[in-house]
Amino acid sequence: MTAGPVPLPTPQTAPFWDGTRNSELRVQRCRACSRHFFYPRPICRYCQSSDLEWVTTSGRATLASYIINYRPLPFFETKEPQVIALVDLEEGPRMVCTLIGVEPRPEAISIGMALYVSFEERGDQMLPVFGPVEVRNK
Amino acid sequence: MTSMHGGDVAIVGASESTRLGTIPDMSVLELHVESALNALADAGLTPADVDGIANDVMPAYEVADMLGIRPRWLDGTSVGGCSFMLHVRHAASAIASGAANVVLITHGESGRSRVGTKPYVGDPSSLAGQFEHPYGALAPYSSFTLPVMGFLESRGMSRRDLAEVASAQRSWAERNPRALRQTPITVDEVLDAPPVAYPFTRDMCCVVTDGGGALVMMSAERAKDLPSANRAIYLLGSGESSESAIISQMDDLDSFGAFRRSSDEAFRTAGIERADVDHAMFYDAFAHLPLYMLEDTGFVGRGESGAFIREGHTRAGGSLPMNTNGGGLSYTHTGKYGMFAIQEAVRQLRGEAAAQVPDVEISFVQGVGMMFGAAGSLVLSNKEN
Repeated sequence: MTAGPVPLPTPQTAPFWDGTRNSELRVQRCRACSRHFFYPRPICRYCQSSDLEWVTTSGRATLASYIINYRPLPFFETKEPQVIALVDLEEGPRMVCTLIGVEPRPEAISIGMALYVSFEERGDQMLPVFGPVEVRNK
Repeated sequence: MTSMHGGDVAIVGASESTRLGTIPDMSVLELHVESALNALADAGLTPADVDGIANDVMPAYEVADMLGIRPRWLDGTSVGGCSFMLHVRHAASAIASGAANVVLITHGESGRSRVGTKPYVGDPSSLAGQFEHPYGALAPYSSFTLPVMGFLESRGMSRRDLAEVASAQRSWAERNPRALRQTPITVDEVLDAPPVAYPFTRDMCCVVTDGGGALVMMSAERAKDLPSANRAIYLLGSGESSESAIISQMDDLDSFGAFRRSSDEAFRTAGIERADVDHAMFYDAFAHLPLYMLEDTGFVGRGESGAFIREGHTRAGGSLPMNTNGGGLSYTHTGKYGMFAIQEAVRQLRGEAAAQVPDVEISFVQGVGMMFGAAGSLVLSNKEN
């Protein structure tokens, strides 16, 4: 269990959080234009179609950008630097997440590095987080 | 017929709160009201002359009521730090259409002392509350900063380019007695300052202050009758746009579409070229924003922003003097800096700035709000057109 803000799902986002509790990272896919998108919406963010489905992603992603936050807010109950990242899912959508399994040093982190999803307990939810592919293989 | 652009509408009063910095003896509402009275006095007007009111977080009617104003036009557009660029644009539209004659735009924020300020409580069911806050992408320094490494990497630039921005702006603040940070700083000193969120160090992040500011607008024709007529500043063009409420959903992480759209509209409506601009204010909550803005608003090409700063083009004597009050990084930042960017543009155009640039006729102001959520652009001039 990690300390910090706990997401509160809405009816629109419930399928995403139901997924993470089953160790699945789900996003919506538009059946009309075949594109995946994040965050949950009632219509496709690209073509506005309402013909949508929820799909489970491969869990593979690459690192698009990151910061090493030396000033975690008090409710995270840690003084350790947080590596906060923007990751690009293999299916296309971009998300914010924590990078796990990497030293919080710029030399240990490179844009474009391969990442894989895992899940961390936070309150009554499971948060998707990402780490180097090797972490998952252990 | 009055048009909203082309110089038919003017800023006739502009003032900041009397003090800036740490003001523990004034609430947010008092900062709004003091700034409003200062700006009205600057214009030679009183609250009785005002029939339109705009501001963002503090309800417009609350400020109006404290001043004894019963408005016929209200605008509560709240898109973070660039709200005031949008208020100026909306006020111009209202004045042009006859919906208001004299509009008062106010800002006040107790960003440092938090007097009369609601405590910040994140909504855990909001998009940010569900998908970004749980990871620590919450404070501006750990959220607004997120795309930067991708931006630098895509252009072969480095964090030295961020440090150059902080150093260049400090060179303006050195000449400004109201600036919070006035001590000269070299690029290496910026890089060696305490880290906040890599790649950002202390001096690449804005100051946090208390303060306020206000603007008074009316038609250029009506402004001719004011005692302050020769100090009127005209709105030539403006634009606004928005993108996503969460940082991960910017259309591109290394270019902000709302900057491109709002600035394009501002230049198009003003009918001027980038080369016509004498002075620029680029909202800088963090050192990366002037880099994004220089490229996205078309003053330099993609990947040229770092060299442009490094070569001194934004310093005194450069081709585009920028953030001449010292900017959010050195001058002041209450939490919504946009009002102060507009104030400095007005001072420069009036020839009344602390670090005055010679012969400024056109100033361009680019705002950002809600951490790459929204944008507003203004083209201002001391010539009616």
